[in-house]
Amino acid sequence: MKKLILSTAALALTAGFAMADVVRMGTEGAYAPWNFVNDAGEIDGFERELGDELCKRAELKCEWVKNDWDSIIPNLVSGNYDTIIAGMSITAERDEVIDFTQAYTPPDPSAYLALDAGLDVEGAVVAAQATTIQAAFVAEKGWTLIEFATPEETVAAVKNGEADAVLADKSFLDTMAGQDGLVMLERKEAIGGGVGMGIRESDGDLRAKFDAAIQSMKDDGTLNTLIAKWEVSSQW
Amino acid sequence: MFSYCSDPSTLEGLTWLSCYLTTGKHMGLYISVVTVLVLLAITAPVALLFGFAGATAARSRIAPLRWLGKGYTAIVRGVPDIAFFLFFVIALDQAFEWLRHQVKCPDWDAPVRQGNDFVVCDIAKLPLSSSPQWVHETYGFFLAVLTFSIVFGAFASNVLFGAMRAVPQAQLETAEAYGMTRRQTFWRILVPQMWVYALPGLSNLWMVLIKATPLLFLLGIEDIVYWARELGGTKNPKFTDYPHGDWRMWYFLALLVFYLTFTKVSEVVLDRLMKKLTHGQATSGGEAQRKAAA
Repeated sequence: MKKLILSTAALALTAGFAMADVVRMGTEGAYAPWNFVNDAGEIDGFERELGDELCKRAELKCEWVKNDWDSIIPNLVSGNYDTIIAGMSITAERDEVIDFTQAYTPPDPSAYLALDAGLDVEGAVVAAQATTIQAAFVAEKGWTLIEFATPEETVAAVKNGEADAVLADKSFLDTMAGQDGLVMLERKEAIGGGVGMGIRESDGDLRAKFDAAIQSMKDDGTLNTLIAKWEVSSQW
Repeated sequence: MFSYCSDPSTLEGLTWLSCYLTTGKHMGLYISVVTVLVLLAITAPVALLFGFAGATAARSRIAPLRWLGKGYTAIVRGVPDIAFFLFFVIALDQAFEWLRHQVKCPDWDAPVRQGNDFVVCDIAKLPLSSSPQWVHETYGFFLAVLTFSIVFGAFASNVLFGAMRAVPQAQLETAEAYGMTRRQTFWRILVPQMWVYALPGLSNLWMVLIKATPLLFLLGIEDIVYWARELGGTKNPKFTDYPHGDWRMWYFLALLVFYLTFTKVSEVVLDRLMKKLTHGQATSGGEAQRKAAA
């Protein structure tokens, strides 16, 4: 009987190891070109392609999960998925709660989009997505900030006059500039420390695997090719 | 979906629309409509059951049971829905996983709480991280049903508690005089008659429940409002075959029609139910029915 229990336990354990190879990748799916939902209803974009390649190099089986931005960190730490790959800039504040892999895109300045090219953002009403580095930046400056749950709404707020300008990653705003009279301002803000994958602090092994995979993509230049293809940032 | 949809940029008018409305992304919207309807269909009876249990407990002669019933309604009714949905579901999920962890991995020596992280062994995960995505979604769905049921059950409990006290005392005394036990009086006299008093309150709850379904997105379930916002947002020609401007207004208009139709149908059904329940009751409605028939 004891033997039976032991072998069952062993079986359960090995099964546990086999199952651990599935890595669930959490993303927002509303931030083109980084990550978005395509016509077929699947996650697409720079991070989809990057994530699939990283998983291939790290020999992991990956599954994609959509989660809204507001609760993306709480759901990671409570274990609903294993990584965040959602255009998340590496900041000291977030680093206290979760760990980051090395950056897969270099730190890029954030840009403004407004209806009036001559707008002075100091003293203007600035829209930003809630709990982003841009929102934190505007709040710190003491300007008037309006926060929205999704990137789309921040841009819509400028179009309908609720805000004077929107502050976001330049690559995201590039996809919107030129439409409906939206222009990009000259002024840029150097905030954020590059974009990396968020991983639970207790998950050091997984972080090491993705770190190595990112490094190998940096080394053979495939990462730069991917960045150029999706126009998400400057290259390494 | 259709064979002529391979190059949408050449299409116009209704053909374009027929392709646009049948993209995989729109299927997500249609599925979410079904999800909402199924959620309501399951939640309503379960919440009623919770409410009935709560109300019965609150009337109990056994003090601890009474405290439990009263405590349930008081606490759940007092906590804001959003706080309940954000906190309770994660806590519930972690409680399930912790229980499984205790049973399945007794030899695990690392702590479950590591700083901010909640870590259980792989085989205690619920659902297992190797399960396909639909299992995760179904699990989330049932967590949602449970949460909705607990919240709305508390309100229903209060409504039913009031309804039980509204049944004329003379009816219960008569039952006692006929020699019925407490249990018989409850099931044969009180319960059948209380519904007419409970229905106005319950129908209110039903309407609120319909409108509360967008809270689903807080629980990670893609509901109609999420898809309306996602599909209606500006679409850039770089990332889609069906570029368009900000169409959220049209999607939300469709939602408005959906919700209004749904509540209207509910009202009609509830009115009929009310007529039926009023029949033969010692209420002014029942009296009016009797006179009209006579």
